[in-house]
Amino acid sequence: MIGRLRGLLGDPVLAALVVGLSIFGVAMVYSAGQLDVPDPGVAGAWRMQLLWLGVSLGCLLVVLHIPTRWLEWAAVPAYTIGIVLLAATLVIGTGLGTARGTKSWIDLGPVMFQPAQFANLATILMLARVLGRWREPPRSIWGLWAPVAIVALPMGLVMLQPDLGTAMVFSALLVAALYWAGTPIGLMVMLLSPVLGLFLSFHSLLFSIYIIALLLFLRVYRAYLWEGVAVVGANLAAGAIALPLWNSLEPYQQARLMVFLDPGMDPRGAGWHLIQSRVAIGSGGLFGKGFTLGTQKRLAFLPEQHTDFIFSVIGEEFGFVGTVGVLLVFGLILWRLTRIAERVADPFAGIVVFGIFGVWFAHVIVNVGMTVGLMPITGIPLPFLSYGGSFLLASFLALGMAQRIAAEQGKY
Amino acid sequence: MILAGLGVLAYGFFQTQILRSDTYVLQSEANRLRPIPIPAPRGTIFDRNGRIVAENIPGYALSILPAPRDTIRNTLERLAPILGLTEARIEQLMQKQRSQPGQPLLVASDLTFEQVSALEERHFMFPGVYIDTRPKRHYPAGEAIAHLIGYVAEISEAELARPEFQGYSMGQLIGKAGLERQYERRLGGRPGVRYVEVDALGRIVGEYVPRTKVPAVPGEDLRLYLDLDLQEWIAKIFPDDMRGAMVAIEPGTGHVLAMYSSPGFDPNAFVGGVDAAYWRRLNADEAAPLLHRAAAGRYPPGSTFKLATAAIALELKLIDPSAVMPIPCRGGMQYGNRYVHCWERKGHGFLNLADAIANSCNVYFYQVGVKIGLDRFLKEASRLGFTRKTGVDLPPELEVSGIFPDEPGFWRRRFGYDPQTTEVLYLAIGQGPNDQTPLKMAHFAAALAGDGRLPPPRIAMDSAPPGPEEGINLSISPENLAHIREGMRRVVAPGGTAHLSSLEHWELLGKTGTSQNSHGKDHAWFIGIAGPKGGKPEIALSAIVEFGESGSRTAAPLVAKAADYYLRRKYGMPVDSVQTLREHLLVGRPAPWAVWE
Repeated sequence: MIGRLRGLLGDPVLAALVVGLSIFGVAMVYSAGQLDVPDPGVAGAWRMQLLWLGVSLGCLLVVLHIPTRWLEWAAVPAYTIGIVLLAATLVIGTGLGTARGTKSWIDLGPVMFQPAQFANLATILMLARVLGRWREPPRSIWGLWAPVAIVALPMGLVMLQPDLGTAMVFSALLVAALYWAGTPIGLMVMLLSPVLGLFLSFHSLLFSIYIIALLLFLRVYRAYLWEGVAVVGANLAAGAIALPLWNSLEPYQQARLMVFLDPGMDPRGAGWHLIQSRVAIGSGGLFGKGFTLGTQKRLAFLPEQHTDFIFSVIGEEFGFVGTVGVLLVFGLILWRLTRIAERVADPFAGIVVFGIFGVWFAHVIVNVGMTVGLMPITGIPLPFLSYGGSFLLASFLALGMAQRIAAEQGKY
Repeated sequence: MILAGLGVLAYGFFQTQILRSDTYVLQSEANRLRPIPIPAPRGTIFDRNGRIVAENIPGYALSILPAPRDTIRNTLERLAPILGLTEARIEQLMQKQRSQPGQPLLVASDLTFEQVSALEERHFMFPGVYIDTRPKRHYPAGEAIAHLIGYVAEISEAELARPEFQGYSMGQLIGKAGLERQYERRLGGRPGVRYVEVDALGRIVGEYVPRTKVPAVPGEDLRLYLDLDLQEWIAKIFPDDMRGAMVAIEPGTGHVLAMYSSPGFDPNAFVGGVDAAYWRRLNADEAAPLLHRAAAGRYPPGSTFKLATAAIALELKLIDPSAVMPIPCRGGMQYGNRYVHCWERKGHGFLNLADAIANSCNVYFYQVGVKIGLDRFLKEASRLGFTRKTGVDLPPELEVSGIFPDEPGFWRRRFGYDPQTTEVLYLAIGQGPNDQTPLKMAHFAAALAGDGRLPPPRIAMDSAPPGPEEGINLSISPENLAHIREGMRRVVAPGGTAHLSSLEHWELLGKTGTSQNSHGKDHAWFIGIAGPKGGKPEIALSAIVEFGESGSRTAAPLVAKAADYYLRRKYGMPVDSVQTLREHLLVGRPAPWAVWE
């Protein structure tokens, strides 16, 4: 019986954790709607979330029946569709939630969805297809051009929306996929170094030290000459464009990054989200104020309490016990994913699972981190907990793929 | 890697939820709980007979909870049509809000019932606005008591900064002047506090019960020595179109029985903020109705000061009250190279002290002045307090000190020359650089009415005991005092200048005064003491009527009528508006006590 179940479901522990977390998510969305200052839009959100959970479970069952090979075949068309949708979003998209000023959503009348959430799944498939065919890892950074291009295209489109958070998710999935495909660490360092250069360039002394360290690294690593020149050049270029890039950010994005460094700077404006979120979480204490009883939430101090800041509600109502419990569940989910990835023989399947790992991990770190001020505020949701049908569906589609892969291994 | 990532997050939550939880709990309460002060009911003020001088009636006050400035301005603008706020008033309120951003902003404390119901109907339109009933001050006697009682209004920024108002907060009502101010600490009580829960937009969601509310401590009641009936009577008899003041003091104790200043104003109009138009009118009025003339108005005392000259000379044992002065009054006298006049050009002849007081003879007092000498005169007058305040229990700025040279250097400082030899002559008859308040003169008269000693005037019972240096001590023997009083008796006696102000049932003693006034007609003075015939004086009074011309015609009848009213009530006799001899003659009633020479 259990064997049959495994044959269909893949990893039952993973399935149980995700479904349980999603039901808890519906409960939290319900709680987020329990306000002393009625907000009809939020009060009924839990019903929609429940409905979407049903739809997602239905889709999960469908995906469980799709063989992994089909996914590999579908990678190119899916990726193409994803790119087209992202491009279309730039034209017909609208903003929502914390990111009202952006164009991240496509409005389909009754439902709104964020194409980026599906595009990153397609990108994972595309990456897995390309990286899965590597016979041996590349020796030079030039060998990474294809995966970088595959990610850079959708990521660039997402940044144009502009949606910094989701762009970060794309880079996370690139790193995860490259890592799993066996890319040498040195190449990864070289690849990512311009990003570090970008941030360090705001401090000239740090930037100088960093460039020297980079040169030493290239010497020790025995990089190819042109490779080294390119990496150093990219870093210098990153340093040079940092300021123009900063100026090209939307004012609210600049404000968020500044506020990340000092939330007290603008307590009623950009700092409001972070301050109120921290107060909600902090006032929850060890055991919290009780389900639906969070005062910060009830009195509408907590913004976006059912979407981006759902974790703050958990922190306020269930305290430290609640937050650590939920983080533990996420840890288990992520651990089960790596376990699946480790056990598959097929490189394509492994990269897909680990790419999903990268995406979820990035979502958890960035979303949960922002609620306590460890990460800048970017409007990205928390998987299975944040209100939002299309993201829930996308997450369950990803789960379905991972579970199908696990099921095909038949080792559970 | 998972462990590292989630571990960092978990540590972040550990810090936030465990280590710094207390801070955030406080912040979350500060976020949503707003302390609302519960105003303490002010103590009631009673007069000596238990009549209410100041009481509390229910009133409605409107405040706005702390919020961002734009929100508050917005709310004020929406309130404007209902409350009748002008643009200038809104600016003023915003200014006030800026100085105390964390405190509720008191917008109005005298809402009408219509305004309250209009606001209650639309309260959802006004986030952060709350209306509470709070006791509103009311002075039943109105104008009669205006200067003395002061008024209450919201504490100002400047006052908040002063040490005496430590522990007070914005929006609190305090005594602003007069007794309300003097006894603020006793009357004010201590406001309590309650908490309401507000949402993110500052709208009040409800009372927050779990946090203990601190009840307000009501202020203590205050009893006055003042006789409110007498005060009102004085207000009634004082000529409406005249400016001036009257003070009544109980001899022996220094208790203030009445203290009136005219013209007055309505203190009830000041409660909770005075209407700008009324305020402008009062300030622009050249009669200066806001000036508390009784304690803060200075007038040259004129001939009433001759009593002080006499007291000083008697104290120094320089004159024999029953003996006449060597130089008779022939309408004036030669002194050095100057000829100084008496007001009576026909002359008074030889006079003893009582005659000199009765006739207010300048020549007699010139000679007394010469006997005393300038230095001694200045020293003694200072000792009797004519250079100081009386030390009445009113806020310091509401009483001015008398002006009198404290030493010969005064002339050089003030006028740029050394005192002339004639200086002491003028001082002796109440002229020269000498300005006194009606309160001071009443206090002096009260000292004459008793044994020459008197504590400083006191309006409220249980007030701070006076220091040993305060008060008056004339240091003269009862016999000598009797000589002065004999002179005062003859002022009102048949043939005296104030005989028309004599009373049927009481013995009135007094001294008229006319102070020369460079601005117009002379000011009229009368200081008097009265009591049952053959008994001790029981009331001492002073009256000044600006531009009253003659002390005997305008000021003396006021003193007589006030004394008569007080004594009749004290002895249980019916009050009558026909009191003085003049009034008896006018209505044709017999006046058997009057004897014509």
